[in-house]
Amino acid sequence: MKAVLWQGTNHVSVETVPDPTLLLPSDAIVRVSSTAICGSDLHLLDGFIPSMEKGDILGHEFMGEVVEVGRDVKTLKVGDRVVIPFNIACGTCDYCQRGLFSACDNSNPNHRMAEALYGATSGGGLFGYSHLYGGYAGGQAQYVRVPFADVGGFKIETDLPDEQVLFLTDIFPTGYQAAENCNIVRGRDVVAVFGAGPVGQFAARSAQMLGAAKVIIVDRFPERLRLAAEAGIETINYEKEDVLIALKEATGGRGPDHVIDAVGLEAHGHGPGALLDTAQQKMKLTFDRITALRWAILSCAKGGTVSMPGVYGGLVDKLPLGAAFAKGLTFKMGQTHTHRYIRPLLAHIEAGDIDPSFVITHRAALADAPQLYKTFRDKHDGCIKVVLNPWGESAGEVKRA
Amino acid sequence: MTNIQKSGFQEAARKAFFQGGNGGQMQDTERVAVGALGLGLLILGLGGGAGRRLLVGGLGLGLTAVAVRGSNPLATAIKVEQNNAGQTLISEAVTVNKNAAELYAVWRDLDKLPNLMSHLQSVVVLSEKRSRWTVKAPLGSVSWEAEITADEPGKRLAWASLPGSSIDNNGEILFRPAPGGRGSEVVVRLKYRAPLGTAGVVAARIAGQEPAQQLRDDLMRFKREQELGFAPTTQGQSSGRTGSGRAGGAK
Ligand SMILES: [Zn+2]
Ligand SMILES: [Zn+2]
Repeated sequence: MKAVLWQGTNHVSVETVPDPTLLLPSDAIVRVSSTAICGSDLHLLDGFIPSMEKGDILGHEFMGEVVEVGRDVKTLKVGDRVVIPFNIACGTCDYCQRGLFSACDNSNPNHRMAEALYGATSGGGLFGYSHLYGGYAGGQAQYVRVPFADVGGFKIETDLPDEQVLFLTDIFPTGYQAAENCNIVRGRDVVAVFGAGPVGQFAARSAQMLGAAKVIIVDRFPERLRLAAEAGIETINYEKEDVLIALKEATGGRGPDHVIDAVGLEAHGHGPGALLDTAQQKMKLTFDRITALRWAILSCAKGGTVSMPGVYGGLVDKLPLGAAFAKGLTFKMGQTHTHRYIRPLLAHIEAGDIDPSFVITHRAALADAPQLYKTFRDKHDGCIKVVLNPWGESAGEVKRA
Repeated sequence: MTNIQKSGFQEAARKAFFQGGNGGQMQDTERVAVGALGLGLLILGLGGGAGRRLLVGGLGLGLTAVAVRGSNPLATAIKVEQNNAGQTLISEAVTVNKNAAELYAVWRDLDKLPNLMSHLQSVVVLSEKRSRWTVKAPLGSVSWEAEITADEPGKRLAWASLPGSSIDNNGEILFRPAPGGRGSEVVVRLKYRAPLGTAGVVAARIAGQEPAQQLRDDLMRFKREQELGFAPTTQGQSSGRTGSGRAGGAK
């Protein structure tokens, strides 16, 4: 089959690799009909996530049709159309049973690696996201092996097109959980979202769905701000105005009741290894990159929530913890418990409350992935979200549709 | 009993088991050996894949720092605990979503223990209390006789090697209910005398062959076997590496 492979920093390629096979009786094989490039894939492209290996298959946002099931799979059958959460969960452990699927105790075979970095017990496995998170082959491919298929296979039984349900695998639930973590008081609370990328867009629209009185989004790319504005979200371009002053003005001097950092930290992996191999340069970059979190904390109103769907990997420097303490802020963060949200959010899509395909700017064949990783990374051509068809023909140079 | 008293009590029980706390002054020769090992790992860590770099390099950095500092360093820096008798102490714990009686029964079935502990080759039950243990070692295998020194069904099992054993060791495993109906907490404490002293423990730890790491892996495997009935794997999955069809896996 064809698959997108990580080949080292700033290098992905599309190659022919062996088709996946069932490795355990609880596995299923899915023929991928649509797959997307996620903002967090860019951290892999940029080489900031430790423990990637050349030849790893990328991709954690994908859906398709079940073509094979292991003998222990009970709820899925060949022919089912499914979306698959980006995190892998066993469904059996105490965390899974409490709905904390991303904290699954049992799905990461490389738990020792994760424990060495993060202490205590590790988080669960992820598709296509480094050996630290289990080393599972990803879904930017024609076929993918889905472990714990009964837990991770969510059937789509309506004829909604792929583009409307694909983002249930990650960015829609991720934005939604970020907004839910704010405990928004309907008709009263103002929410500010830092970062108008795909997750920021879904966080802002989810905050609206959850009844925020006003939602403000902060970014510097006009096309991203424009996309948010179409949904009645107020915008601040931080290159044109001082964010902290603009937010004060927009909230009568109080600051937003809750803030969402949908940017995260580009430079991951500040374990001892990263200190060793990258020395100062990357460190400096990291310190620059927590700007969004710093703004979030400084702008937030007293008693508010700082919700962090953006990915952090290691240590941060110069975090204004004094401000957070003085204002009595609550911090909520972590990987999304995607499994929890798929059915309720699917119901919202079916009810017409939201059409998640609004974020898509580029559609292309899998073969065009290397080009589109770069377009997306450099935010060229108004690129916000890329969807790939693993079975399509390359069109040569891909432009915004 | 209040929680504080209880945890104080548990801590006391742990101390009593490990008797002598963590002394372990480093000898000069040992310090040089550890320092050299650390530097070697630092260099090793600079090459190789990112994950390897992260782990190996990190350990190298730690060991180098340890050797430079010198005073009782291993215990704090990479947590090799030793008592005054020169025994290495390790303990690990895992919470398993099953009741204590069931888990105890699995462990009490001594000759099946090699299914749980990957480095154990065999346990032959010789009598009610005695058994012969064989473990895989870098050069062949090592074997000794052990005796059960305490047996509290559903709660605790303790054992000790008999005098004259090639590896002087003793240990206990505790089973206690986890609060909130989360199954059981399984705690293992081991004492053993490492063939090359602290440096031997450190070297083995870096090679991933030290009992503390083996114990962690074994307890996680045990938990997953009990909760899932299998171990998660990526062994044999497709990838773009040469000779693909095999990739990933626990490493
Ligand atoms: Zn993602
Ligand atoms: Zn689980």
